[in-house]
Amino acid sequence: MTLALAVDIGLTLLILAMAAWTIAVRDTFASVIGFVTYGLLLTLVWVRLAAPDVALTEAAMGGGLTGALLIGAAARLRSTESASRTERPSVLTRTLAAVLSAAVTAALAICVLNLPDPAPTLAPAAAAQLGSTGVGNPVTAVLLAYRAMDTLLEAIVVLLALVGVWSLAHDRAWGGYPQLRSHADPDGILAYFARVMAPVGIIVGIYIFWIGADFPGGKFQGATILAAMWLLVIGAGLAHLPPVSQTWLRVLLVAGPLVFIVIGFAGLVTAEAVFAYPNGYAKPLILAIEIALMPTLVLALALLVAGAPQRMPPQ
Amino acid sequence: MSPSLSAQNLTTLGGLLLVLAILVPFAGMLIGFVFGGGNAQRVALATLAAGLAIAIAIANALAQSGKAVVYILGGWMPPLGVALRADGLSVVMLLTVAVVICGIGVYARADFGTPSGVKEARAPLIFWLLLLAVWGSLNLVFVSGDLFTLYVALELLTFAAVPLVSLDGRTETVRSALRYLLYALLGSVLYLLGAVLLYGAYGTLDIPLLAARVRPEPAAWAALALMIAGLLAKTALFPLHLWLPPAHAGAPAAASAVLSGLVIKGSWFLAMRLWFDVFADVVTLPAAQTLAALGAAAILVGNVVALRQTRLKLLIAYSTVAQIGYLFLMFPLATGLATAGLDSAMAVNGGMLQAISHATAKAAMFMAAGLVYTTLGHDRVADLRGVASALPMTVLAFALAGASLIGLPPSGGFLAKWLLISVAITTAQWWWALVMLVGGLLTSVYVFIVVVRTLAPAHVGWNPKTTVPRYQQAAVLALALCSFLLGAAVLCPVDVTQIGRTVSRNTVLP
Repeated sequence: MTLALAVDIGLTLLILAMAAWTIAVRDTFASVIGFVTYGLLLTLVWVRLAAPDVALTEAAMGGGLTGALLIGAAARLRSTESASRTERPSVLTRTLAAVLSAAVTAALAICVLNLPDPAPTLAPAAAAQLGSTGVGNPVTAVLLAYRAMDTLLEAIVVLLALVGVWSLAHDRAWGGYPQLRSHADPDGILAYFARVMAPVGIIVGIYIFWIGADFPGGKFQGATILAAMWLLVIGAGLAHLPPVSQTWLRVLLVAGPLVFIVIGFAGLVTAEAVFAYPNGYAKPLILAIEIALMPTLVLALALLVAGAPQRMPPQ
Repeated sequence: MSPSLSAQNLTTLGGLLLVLAILVPFAGMLIGFVFGGGNAQRVALATLAAGLAIAIAIANALAQSGKAVVYILGGWMPPLGVALRADGLSVVMLLTVAVVICGIGVYARADFGTPSGVKEARAPLIFWLLLLAVWGSLNLVFVSGDLFTLYVALELLTFAAVPLVSLDGRTETVRSALRYLLYALLGSVLYLLGAVLLYGAYGTLDIPLLAARVRPEPAAWAALALMIAGLLAKTALFPLHLWLPPAHAGAPAAASAVLSGLVIKGSWFLAMRLWFDVFADVVTLPAAQTLAALGAAAILVGNVVALRQTRLKLLIAYSTVAQIGYLFLMFPLATGLATAGLDSAMAVNGGMLQAISHATAKAAMFMAAGLVYTTLGHDRVADLRGVASALPMTVLAFALAGASLIGLPPSGGFLAKWLLISVAITTAQWWWALVMLVGGLLTSVYVFIVVVRTLAPAHVGWNPKTTVPRYQQAAVLALALCSFLLGAAVLCPVDVTQIGRTVSRNTVLP
């Protein structure tokens, strides 16, 4: 048995244990912590499977952003936690749910184990066309050239989610400020940490975004890190979130998808189709789209964590 | 690559219109979001006009060429790239959604205007943005030729539809919205799992390429089961319908019309697309019978529960549960025709007509209920007296829409049921015909009860709480008339839905 195999087996057992913990534990907060740990372990699995792009995304979105959203939800549910514990599904319901989940898992396992080997894949085709996109990372080529429309629409999904969260605001608070729960002392340890950490984090975030054109990385992962840094600064009481009616905020939120649409349609004139790039200009145009998408994603992800506007706008 | 496949991978004349049909509503939403307030409504209404023109232009391109309209995005050929394709089925749905959305847009001007003196109000802004988002997402569902792009479309549709449920901000509507979200997300995850399995087994997500490669084997069966189950949860087919009545009844009338008339048709259309165009060689008659059995249960349970409702909006919502059932009766009928070596177009057309007539009729009914609520201040079925004298056009619209749901001639519902019943008899599956007749009978009882109650004279000295603008009543009546006169589709010289449907023809024939 090689060392790599031992690591893989250990990782698998840990993941199964974390998954069981997440489901079994009764306290919401403990369950969320279990889920975040589970996400970080999955990141290691993707690294072992030689998929660093997926690993980075899992760490940033699956572990980081989802974790932040769930911790926020758990904190808001704290006061009703004990009341909700009395509501428990019956033994029959739980048994049925377990049987159904086990059956689906077994069916999936059988199918996956019987998938053709070697697996049919588009990876060679994606790599072969890489030259005409000007970028070095095939994942970026898939996201911004071969399947550009999917990426545009996914950015719109994020915006729609934000609109949905905002729609939960009280009518009186509409146009006002979302509020993070922060009780930070401006001279405390959190403020100190935010002052030291944020500049480093911003550089890491921008680096991961920039490197994405040619190596593993990209805008979603970079944007998550930048959003986290922004929230850290706000949580430490060093800055405030803007009100949702702020014009510059709305402009930046839609700038990414709108620039994407404009560059996409420009392809009709400069190249032969919508979302096509003219010869030799593919890389600068892809970079322009990614740079426009960055503020959109950073703001949308951070504001998703911050939640619906709560405080009245200034009169 | 066979010649028929390569023909589906060439951009055709008018293909660009498909890109516009998707991106114009989304661009309208983005621009409306920046300007906000009353400007969002203005941008939305301008976008509605543009979108309707685009839908008509696509229909024209299809009719002129007699072939599917295709656009290859970015010039990247599938399987590496993504193709948009509109066959007859897509175009008919594009047109229906455009007409219904425009009707709802006209109606909603009165309910979702930004109040004067306020720069921006929450509910109007969210409504207009989401109306456009629902439209763009549905158009994507109808024209996308790629299973992953279709997943993105389902996600867009979920996030555009769920907040519409809780627009008025009451606690119980937020609870219904959350329940809807959980069902819809479960559906998305199951669909995505199926799509991943298909890519793992066949190495492509493009519909025609996949249809040529897919074989009856465990991976395809599992993918089919997962994807269809997920889509059923989103479509609210019995017994996965529990989220629908509170969500559709609790939303504001215009939003209910969007949700009940249109949104559930998106996931249904995708289920049909998978069934006939991707898995034509994998599906079996027993599987189709199972779907139709669930549909039959939906028809019976939905109608009986609708009869027992005391609130008009809940009655209409349960009627949707029943009408969704009819949409699934076509599956064994089409399979029955195909196994007999006959063209399955008649069963498919029956299902499509049911979808279109229900979309128009149900949107009209929910908006009519909204006007009744505005006039009376309540929607208790037992106490509708005076409505007919205050809102004659609206009661007429309700009755016409009801006639279409029952299936009276010359309505679209009549033609749909007539086609489905004749196929049921041709293929010796008489029990489905029986279910449809019983369903029609039950529907007629509650439509009749509501209409008769509205005809009762008002108490002396009673006055409407609010006067309803005439254009709102006209919008409702126009949609009800669309549904009622849809039976005239039988006069159509060509079988519009079957244009460009080479995929199913090639695979269904023995």
